[in-house]
Formats: sequence, C-alpha cells, structure tokens
Amino acid sequence: MASPPPAWSRRRAVIVHVLGAASVLAVAITVWLGLWVTPPDQHLRDEVRLVYVHPPIAWVALYLAFGLGALSSVLWLWTRTRSAAWDRLAAASMEVGTVFTALTLVTGSIWGRATWGVWWAWDARLTSTALLLVLQLGYLAVRRVPSDRDARARRSAVVALVAAVDVPIVHFSVDWWTTLHQGGTVTNPNLSPTIHGSMAWTLLLGFVAFTLLFAWLLVVRYRLVTLAEWREDTELAEALHERWAEGGPVAERRAAVPTATTATAAPGALAGARPAGPPAGS
Amino acid sequence: MWRDGVLVAGKDLRIELRSRVVLHQVVPVAVLMLVLFAFALGPATAPMVAAAPGLFWVAVLFTGVLAVQRSAALEGGDGGRDGLRLSGLDPAGVFLGKAAAVAVQLLVLEAVLSAGVVLFYGAHVRSPGALVVASVTGTAGLAAAGTLYGALAAGLRVRETLLPLLFLPVAAPVLVAGTKVWQSALGAAGAGSGDPWLRLLVVFAVVYLAVGVVIFGPLQEAP
Repeated sequence: MASPPPAWSRRRAVIVHVLGAASVLAVAITVWLGLWVTPPDQHLRDEVRLVYVHPPIAWVALYLAFGLGALSSVLWLWTRTRSAAWDRLAAASMEVGTVFTALTLVTGSIWGRATWGVWWAWDARLTSTALLLVLQLGYLAVRRVPSDRDARARRSAVVALVAAVDVPIVHFSVDWWTTLHQGGTVTNPNLSPTIHGSMAWTLLLGFVAFTLLFAWLLVVRYRLVTLAEWREDTELAEALHERWAEGGPVAERRAAVPTATTATAAPGALAGARPAGPPAGS
Repeated sequence: MWRDGVLVAGKDLRIELRSRVVLHQVVPVAVLMLVLFAFALGPATAPMVAAAPGLFWVAVLFTGVLAVQRSAALEGGDGGRDGLRLSGLDPAGVFLGKAAAVAVQLLVLEAVLSAGVVLFYGAHVRSPGALVVASVTGTAGLAAAGTLYGALAAGLRVRETLLPLLFLPVAAPVLVAGTKVWQSALGAAGAGSGDPWLRLLVVFAVVYLAVGVVIFGPLQEAP
C-alpha cells in the first residue's frame, strides 16, 4: 500500500496556524490604521495611504522572496549543502514571491495613477520590477516542465541563479536608461515625505504584517510542494491498485491463470498487495 | 579548456557551413524583420531612422533566439549530448566553444542587418568603430546567455516556447545598452555618449561568460 502523506506534527501545525492568524490579524490592523486612524498627507491627501501597503509588499517581493529563492537555489547547486529541502524552499519562495511582485506592480500602478496621472510610466523601478516578474514567470515555467525531480531542481536552480545575477544588471541598465539621457525623468519628490507618529508606526506594522504573511504563505506552500512530490511518488501505484480493484479483463485473466510466470511475476506481486476483496470474475 | 572550446566551435561552425541553416533560414528572417518594421513605421524614413538602432537590436535578439535554438539542436538527436559528455571535453570549453560559434553566426547576421539598416532605413553611420565594438561585446553577452539557456532548455518538449521566455528578459540590458551605443554612433538627436553603455555591455558579456563557465558542467548532468 502507498505510504500515508507526510504529516505535520501537532506542535508544528499549531505554530503554523498561530503564524497564519497573526499575519492575517496584522494585515487587518494595518488596513484599519492605514484607512481610518492615520491622517491624510498634506500633499498626497488620501493617496498617501498606499505607503502602508506598497513598500512592504515590494520589500517582500524584491528582497525577501527573491533573495531567499536565489539563496536556496545556490545552496541546492552547491554539492556540499545539496538537499531536496532547498529545492522545495526555492520553489515555494519563488512562487509566493511572484504573487508579491505582481502585487507590487499593481499597487505601484495604482499609486502612479493617483500621483503621476498615468497607470504606467517608464520609470526605472517599475520597468525593472516588470522584468523581474517575467524572470520569475520563467522560473515557474521551468518548474512546471515535467521531468525527473533532480533534473528539475537543477534547471530551476540555474534559472534562479542566472536571474539573480541579471537583476542588478537590469536594474542599473534601466536606471541609466531612464535617467542618463532623458531629461525630466518621472520621479516623485513626495515619495519620501517626512512621516512621524501614527504614520510611521503604521508603516512599520505594514512591514511586519506582510513579512509575517509571506512567512505563513511560504510554510504552507512548502508543505504543498512536499505533498505534491509525495503524490507524484504514489499516484501510479494507487492508480494500479484502483484499476485492479475495479476488476475487468486484466483481473479476470489473472484469476484464470493461478501460477504466475516469470514475466508476470512483478504485476502478480503488486496484485497481492491490493486492498481486500475478491478479484472480479473469481 | 581553450583547446576544447576551439574544437567545439570548429565543429559547430563546420556543421553550419555544410548545412547552411542559419545562413539560408535565419538571416532571411532577420532581413524580413527589417522589412516588417518598415511596414509598421513607414513609408516615411524619418521614424525609421530614429528607430533604427532599437529595431536593429530587437531583430538581433529575436533572431538570436533562433540561432541559439539551432545551436542547441545540433546535439539534440542521436544522443549527441551524451556523446559530447562522454568525449571527455571540459564542459567550460564546450560552453565557450558553442558560445563562440553562436557569436560568429550572430556577427554575420548583424553585418547583414547593419547593411539593411543603412540601405532600407537610410541611416548614416557617424562612428563605425563604436558600432563594431558594441556589436562584438553585445553579441558575446547574448551568445553566452543564449548558450546557457539553450543547454538548459535542450531536450525538453517545450524548448521552443521556453527559450524566448527565459532568454529575452535576461537579454534586455543588451537591448538597452546596444541601442544607446548605436544611437550615439549613428548620431541620433539627443543621444549622449555611448561609453557608459559600452561598459555595461562589457560587464554583461564578462558576467555571463563567467557564469556559463562555472554552471555549464553541472547543467549538462541534467538528463
């Protein structure tokens, strides 16, 4: 029979649930403080409220998730530290990171519309974040290619590493592209307003909240990767058991021939392990 | 490593000389792209001249994908990749050799494209030296990154669609920097000095050649 799915210990499950509850609560408090408690900004009015969401999401996407994904990929590639756990961590981190990168772009775009009057500007940060999103989508595409687990880990680790090398180059090139030869770059002087009091605390809480949210999603995604791998390992055996349990021509033939030849010994041995119940036709 | 590189580059170029796939199929596609760009922007020449540097590099990038696919496909059949691994050649040498062969093919392609840009779009070259240097360094970077991704996607059923998704965003800095150097070399209005961009192209090429030399060995172990 197939082995049972790898389970969390009770203690670990409690910790993950507490982490989840804490992150949801922290995000909810950030939203409440950001929308109702903090005052509007002198210049940006209510649009300043995006400051409690956009920078924390960007921090998670661009530094935490991508950094962790690249680091665990390197640790997998390095033979001394190679472990399937690094591959799963890289997969989980990159996938959650992709969602956060997309959210960074969406919140940035909304903010851009509010402050610059356009949904999209060829600003250095926007452009390099968009390219990063494409790089991450490439990583996810490589992960989805059906292949041997070790080969997949190797390919995706290389893609993550090369993307990590590319990110600074992309950033510099796009930064120069928008600033070096183009007068009047779209910059927003109000992006770093002097903030204090409730605004600073809300912003700080925003960073904590989205970091917690990332950690929770990461743990849950990691578990899903583990379960998906377990499923890959067991689904063929399970499908065979189910087919045999249904009966049909194969089972009938097997029932008709009591002594297994050498050629059919392997399926015969598997058939002996099927769930209880007489084979159809016997 | 270097000797192995020369051997592999010689092999790939010999195959190309005999099969003429890049020359007879990829180069015409590149020229066709110039014509299609003209349909999109023309028939007035002013917008085409203004856009010529960018169009040149976009054409190089897209046809570069084809050249890289062709390069990776050379070992695709008949256990060619296993043969290359069993040959005892240094993986770094194999990488450099394949990258060099792709670079040579891309340079030929760029020569044709440059002539096309001058002929079709009526662009005037102010400093040909800068054009050549930018093309050579940019091509080295493109060939290095492309060979790396070509090896990565080789043998996969989705390689044709996966390679552009992986390669093009990584190659974006070459497009940006190459275009800027070309704008400067063609004397486009508002173009500043191309020197910082040239340095960026050199950095890109060096980084990807170094990454390829280190990574190509482990990458080839993937079945």
